[in-house]
Amino acid sequence: MAEIKLTDLTKSYGPTEVLHHVEGEIKDGEFIVIVGPSGCGKSTLLRMVAGLETVTSGEIAIAGRRVNELEPSARDIAMVFQNYALYPHMSVRENMAYGLKIRKLSKAEINKRVEEAADILEIRQYLDRKPRQLSGGQRQRVAMGRAIVRDPQVFLFDEPLSNLDAKLRVQMRLEIRKLQQRLGVTSIYVTHDQVEAMTLGDRLMVLNGGYVEQFGTPIELYDRPASVFVAGFIGSPAMNFIPAMVEGDTMVLSTQAKLPAISSYRGAALLGIRPEHLTPDENGPIAIDVDMVEQLGANTLLHGKLNGSDHEMVASVPGHVSTETGAQHRFSVASELLHLFDPATEKRLEA
Amino acid sequence: MVERRPLTSLLTHFVLVLGVIAIALPIWITFVAATHDQYRMNQVPLPLWPGTHLWDNLSQTLFGAGLSGTEGAPVWLMLFNSLAMALMISLGKIAISLLSAFAIVYFRFPFRMTCFWMIFITLMLPVEVRILPTFEVVANLGMLNSYWGLSIPLIASATATFMFRQVFLTVPDEMLESARIDGAGPMRFFWDILLPLSRTNIAALFVILFIFGWNQYLWPLLITTDTSMTTIVMSIKQMLEAAEQSPQWNIIMTTALLAMIPPIFVVISMQKLFVQGLTETDK
Ligand SMILES: Nc1ncnc2c1ncn2[C@@H]1O[C@H](COP(=O)(O)OP(=O)(O)O)[C@@H](O)[C@H]1O
Ligand SMILES: [Mg+2]
Repeated sequence: MAEIKLTDLTKSYGPTEVLHHVEGEIKDGEFIVIVGPSGCGKSTLLRMVAGLETVTSGEIAIAGRRVNELEPSARDIAMVFQNYALYPHMSVRENMAYGLKIRKLSKAEINKRVEEAADILEIRQYLDRKPRQLSGGQRQRVAMGRAIVRDPQVFLFDEPLSNLDAKLRVQMRLEIRKLQQRLGVTSIYVTHDQVEAMTLGDRLMVLNGGYVEQFGTPIELYDRPASVFVAGFIGSPAMNFIPAMVEGDTMVLSTQAKLPAISSYRGAALLGIRPEHLTPDENGPIAIDVDMVEQLGANTLLHGKLNGSDHEMVASVPGHVSTETGAQHRFSVASELLHLFDPATEKRLEA
Repeated sequence: MVERRPLTSLLTHFVLVLGVIAIALPIWITFVAATHDQYRMNQVPLPLWPGTHLWDNLSQTLFGAGLSGTEGAPVWLMLFNSLAMALMISLGKIAISLLSAFAIVYFRFPFRMTCFWMIFITLMLPVEVRILPTFEVVANLGMLNSYWGLSIPLIASATATFMFRQVFLTVPDEMLESARIDGAGPMRFFWDILLPLSRTNIAALFVILFIFGWNQYLWPLLITTDTSMTTIVMSIKQMLEAAEQSPQWNIIMTTALLAMIPPIFVVISMQKLFVQGLTETDK
């Protein structure tokens, strides 16, 4: 059991800095998801915690102990790789036992741990098979088994589900979560999939271009996104953004539509509205010229342009809505569900 | 084959049968010659069917002094010499090139690329090209007429290093990282993971190198003067030359037959791994 502390962590490859001053504290037993678009530095950060990449500057501490200079095997961690990285010439049992054998545990102890892990993951009947005789999902379980038998202080996952098909991914996602809750091991999980991130994480660290945009619970990220990037990244379909001007106590959209001002801020701003927060309202201030309809069953997505402008908008309306293209729909939004961002810094403007 | 017309299949069979005859007939004649006595082998027409003297010929060749009337070493000793040379060359080459490829692929050390290019350059210098300086070095080291002298100059070579480098480069980085997290040091990783993953390539290389070593002619001829160090490939040539009287074809052919057995044995016993190496894609 361990907490992890990242202090002013920076990583450079030659002259290019790919991670900038990352800070974060992870509590004992927490499940943290690092999420962000491809190439933003998620794997690099995870691999620095694992000890597979050197730290350019800053400090990583696990359970209060600085680990910057420690070999991966000395950090008491276990890692699950995207391509599983099972040893192809060893049986499942040997794969899981390899690290324990190196640590010179007794045969009996190794067998006990391997079989316990195999029971948890329901892979006991595959123990004598080679990895190539297993399906993708089974290999995934073996990779997790290899992590579990080590009984580490920290689990690290690097996009462990991205090689699986969609259905299996959802199933394994739940299993990973249940397993982590049962074992109570501090975990860091990397993914580019925001749905996976929202369902798995106690807290999410959103990375963009090597910067931490926001670090908080899924609900915090959804309710109070700290930047335009987080607002657009978290939630599906993505948030609508409309340029606006706050003058006096009204907020004037670029289309001259007016909403009441929601904060003390005055000046140019970027207004964010989630599609699911647009409620149909005959007299609402926001008019959308619908040009495409997506029927999802439980709700309907109306795609179109903000009346009198070129801004793409999406509204998510509960139930079935039938409409022809070109029709105008009007919506209103509760003012506590509006988000305001500074158009220059793209940071959230607080009330 | 996609097309299966009778004419094409007749033609392919014809070509295949021709090929088999071209390869098998000389071997058959060698075998037949090894089963007759000296007098029958000097009469025309030459026999095409086996005779009854195989055991006599074998025991004289293997344990007698080889050709009657000369002072050659018994053939079993030559077989042993050849075997020792071929094994030392093939195992030595495999061991050295595995280690050097491991160093080049997995370690960052000063002058790494210099080492790489130095190894690369030796590709252009096979034994035949550097034979005089090499002879001098071996002579100065007092390795004439020894197994070391027979094998060491042939062990140094770059081809195998390159092959293993290519093999190691196909092993995903995560394998090494996984092993590091498991606590395996570099040599442990080499033994437990890299070697088993390269075993089909090692087998293939062993076959090629064993035959390369077994067939060496020029180098052993140069550095062995003692008859007890003669190798079998050399001795076949010497037997032909030594035949001032009418050549003793039965003995020469028995020797040739014996010289073929170890390479055939190596090929057959390694065949399974060989084929696996060609079909296995998982790494
Ligand atoms: N070994 C390396 N050398 C140079 N640049 C690298 C190296 N590894 C990663 N990078 C760069 O660092 C950035 C972050 O990479 P990575 O952490 O793999 O992103 P991801 O978020 O997709 O996992 C990328 O721009 C990548 O090009
Ligand atoms: Mg990655």
